[in-house]
Amino acid sequence: MTASILSALVGHWRRNPLQLLTLMVGLALATALWSGVQAINDQARSSYDAAAATIGETRYSQITTQDGGPIPQQTYIALRRAGWAVSPVVEGRLGNIRIVGLEPLTAPRDLGPVRLENGVDLGEFLSGAGQIFARPDTLAVLPNTGATLQPSPDVAPNTALTDIGVAQRLLDRFDQIDRLIVLPEQPITRKPLAQIAPELVQTDPQQGGEVAQLTESFHLNLTAFGLLSFAVGLFIVHGAIGLAFEQRRPLVRTLRALGVPLVRLIVLMAVELTALALIAGALGVALGYLIAAALLPDVAATLRGLYGADLSGELNLQPSWWLSGLAIALGGTAVAAFGSLWSLARMPLLSGAQPRAWVMARQGNGMAFAAVVLLGMAAALAIWGAGIVAGFLMLGALLIGGALVLPPFLSLLLQLAEGQARTALAQWFWADTRQQLPGLSLALMALLLAMSANVGVSTMVSSFRLTFVGFLDQRLASELYVSAENAAQADAVMAVAESHADAILPLLSVDRQIAGQPAQVYAARDHATYRENWRFLRAVPDAWDRLARGDGVLINEQLYRRAGLDLGAEITTISGRALPVLGVYGDYGNPIGQIIVSETLFREAYPDVTALRFGLRVNPDKVEALRDALRADADLGDAAMTDQSSIKAMSLAVFERTFTVTAALNALTLAVAGFAILMSLLTLAAMRLPQLAPVWALGLTRRKLAVLDLLRAVVLAALTATLALPLGLALAWALLAVVNVEAFGWKLPMYLFPVDYLRLGGLTLIAAALAALWPAWKLSRTPPTQLLGVFRNER
Amino acid sequence: MLLRLTDVTKTYAGNEKAVLDRVSLDLEQGDMLALTGESGSGKSTLLHLIGGLDSADSGKVVFDGVDLTPMNDSGRAGLRRGSLGVIFQQFNLIPSLTVARNITFQARLAGRHDPVLDRMLVERLGLGDHLHKYPEQLSGGQQQRVAIARTLAARPQLVLADEPTGNLDEATADNVLALLQDLVMENAASLILVTHSERLAARLPRRAYLRAGRLT
Repeated sequence: MTASILSALVGHWRRNPLQLLTLMVGLALATALWSGVQAINDQARSSYDAAAATIGETRYSQITTQDGGPIPQQTYIALRRAGWAVSPVVEGRLGNIRIVGLEPLTAPRDLGPVRLENGVDLGEFLSGAGQIFARPDTLAVLPNTGATLQPSPDVAPNTALTDIGVAQRLLDRFDQIDRLIVLPEQPITRKPLAQIAPELVQTDPQQGGEVAQLTESFHLNLTAFGLLSFAVGLFIVHGAIGLAFEQRRPLVRTLRALGVPLVRLIVLMAVELTALALIAGALGVALGYLIAAALLPDVAATLRGLYGADLSGELNLQPSWWLSGLAIALGGTAVAAFGSLWSLARMPLLSGAQPRAWVMARQGNGMAFAAVVLLGMAAALAIWGAGIVAGFLMLGALLIGGALVLPPFLSLLLQLAEGQARTALAQWFWADTRQQLPGLSLALMALLLAMSANVGVSTMVSSFRLTFVGFLDQRLASELYVSAENAAQADAVMAVAESHADAILPLLSVDRQIAGQPAQVYAARDHATYRENWRFLRAVPDAWDRLARGDGVLINEQLYRRAGLDLGAEITTISGRALPVLGVYGDYGNPIGQIIVSETLFREAYPDVTALRFGLRVNPDKVEALRDALRADADLGDAAMTDQSSIKAMSLAVFERTFTVTAALNALTLAVAGFAILMSLLTLAAMRLPQLAPVWALGLTRRKLAVLDLLRAVVLAALTATLALPLGLALAWALLAVVNVEAFGWKLPMYLFPVDYLRLGGLTLIAAALAALWPAWKLSRTPPTQLLGVFRNER
Repeated sequence: MLLRLTDVTKTYAGNEKAVLDRVSLDLEQGDMLALTGESGSGKSTLLHLIGGLDSADSGKVVFDGVDLTPMNDSGRAGLRRGSLGVIFQQFNLIPSLTVARNITFQARLAGRHDPVLDRMLVERLGLGDHLHKYPEQLSGGQQQRVAIARTLAARPQLVLADEPTGNLDEATADNVLALLQDLVMENAASLILVTHSERLAARLPRRAYLRAGRLT
């Protein structure tokens, strides 16, 4: 019996291959977008874990100075003598490569991906030139160090591992240690840390390390986008399953009348859907892999640009990822099919055998009520919510509420249009469009979500771009930026600049912990360049004067928000001095906190720090002459001199690449929505003949009907766009004012871009017209015999 | 002569035998013809060819002096809008329009909307209480009365009725046909009625019988 029932059920798909295609492609696309995003997230997280594992952050306690500064070699020796089993680590960057120096004799034996006891020649590792372990791609870009290069695929991306002595030499950090790894086995008799080195603190192991914490918001953003794309895909699946089940109602009734138990019927339908979901899910996961592989380079660039996080450019996925892709396909199918299965399970045996106006059942006040509740929830979260989770909940409620409000909204507009129409044809057009609405509403909801996401994200990105360009104009005021290789060359640069430039602005900085946050301390020379160009988000009236006198500090927005430091709040910064915050400035694109002190104060606190980078103010006409002089008298190469416009162009290029992923996901989501419309129109085309045939018989040509159908799709897309715009702007506001603040630490002003919205609207209309073109063409070519079939008495 | 069919032949793709085989027929203004025949004899096909809904393989269909045979889709659609009225067994009302708008639809398409005639038809057909309803809210008999009103409101020269009472019980069928006849006569139109029913066919002044594609 089971085989017979299955055969009858499968027969439906044989007769409706388009419906099957819609279901499979919809599910595959939904799974692909979700799996692709998850693949990127998984890859990133494993890279962070590998990076953290290099110095054992995830497994061992660490000792650092309270302000993040270096630990003197003597302190390390004192701790060892006091019985502490600790191992020193030095870290730094050589070019773009992270150099990690370990001490192999004291380091935990299982530390890092390179097991020092396995196959490593300790003698060579420790000897003068030493050995450097890194991935082959990292070794390929490592500057010449004289050390022996050892390819090691297990090392974290963009990281090079070597002996601490070699690292100190390469990083020019003699007798300095960044952190101490605390071994698990410690003698009970050791003296307390506070007694030996009160300036040091011990921290517990942290999962994923600092980078993982910093990037958490970014991945949450990406996950949210993946979920949105998945939801858009599920609209297609829901529509296809709903239609298929409605069309099978007569079959179900017949089978039940013939004695098939309802439970068995429902179970077999579930089995059938499971099989389809597994096939579509497998296709989707494979497609997701391709999407992830295509997007990964841009994600890596984004993470490097925003957070300084290093990501492997190769996908190396675990079996759990493949399984989770199939699970999400099955889960999505179950969600999409639950309502239909439930409805069939409750269908009385003697109910109408003909398919109801299937889609009409999906209308109703329930949808409008749910929409109002969700939009109310979004408003409440916007007013009272706090934190990134509340931000994303608000986005979710806003988007789903907006999607649910669409059908009643469109119905109302079409009713108004019908009331205003004067000719018979126009009245029929609006009335018929309203009748098509239930069948198209899922596709239109998908379009609404895709358009809103586009408006919201493009507004956010364009607002960011506008703010960022203004910010670059403020910050990159110097006409020429130069980098010296060492202190001697820096002296030569200053000597040349004093005679050729109008002003020299040294760029002095050190990395420190400020208010418990990783931060950079910068020095600002008292010069008009800063006063005239920098714009504060908030500041005391005479901020620059007080800064110059050493009476306070300036902080960036990230530090202001993350550490909750407002104007007047005191920060214990350098030399143990507590200084008030005088101003807060925007610092877009920087992942960590920043603090600016006067140059005098900086030099007092860090006498060993030499300025190697300078901003030089000079009349733009004399930039070339200055370059020539620096080349000739300071032996500076062209690569060490960058003019203002080049830096701006480079910064903007990094910015643009940062949002390539977002743009790609946007385009994919819109494409999925376009596919949803196409499939809905194709599916409805066959069901529409009984509605169109009478109008044709009354004197409308097939060509005219086809043109009206095309126009109908465009009108519905246009009306959807009218709701997508405010919804998208609300989304942009939420992204700029809530999510960005939580994710990146900065709040951006929101700008409107009407031309962009018009372009998007135009593209949407073209997409809708293209989606409707084939069904309309098919309608215009429908043979009269097929239309007459509607009237045949013998039907 | 309102309608002249000359040696009209029609074969459907995939069928060897012609469904209509050299059929000829004349109809004068005001004529009422009952066309009967067995299932598959070609009655509906003949009606479709006259109505410009389909085209003949050979022969001529001349309506009001105009040959339909060489006409394109647009020309035939214009003819259906302006001069012909078609009533089907399945009623085939426009589901998205109310009864009132269904009734006036064709007349307004043809640019011949006459509110006085509409009111008269509504009254005669007893549709006054249903004007704001949608077709799906009506019974079969009521829907067919709306279809008749829609056809006659456009004041066609020729009404083509394809089994208009096929879905109705006997009493309702008699009632509907009587109304149709009266209204066609009052509007000085002509009528071709396709029916299986000898009883109904007998009520019309002229009869033709189709057998295996040939008119007898």
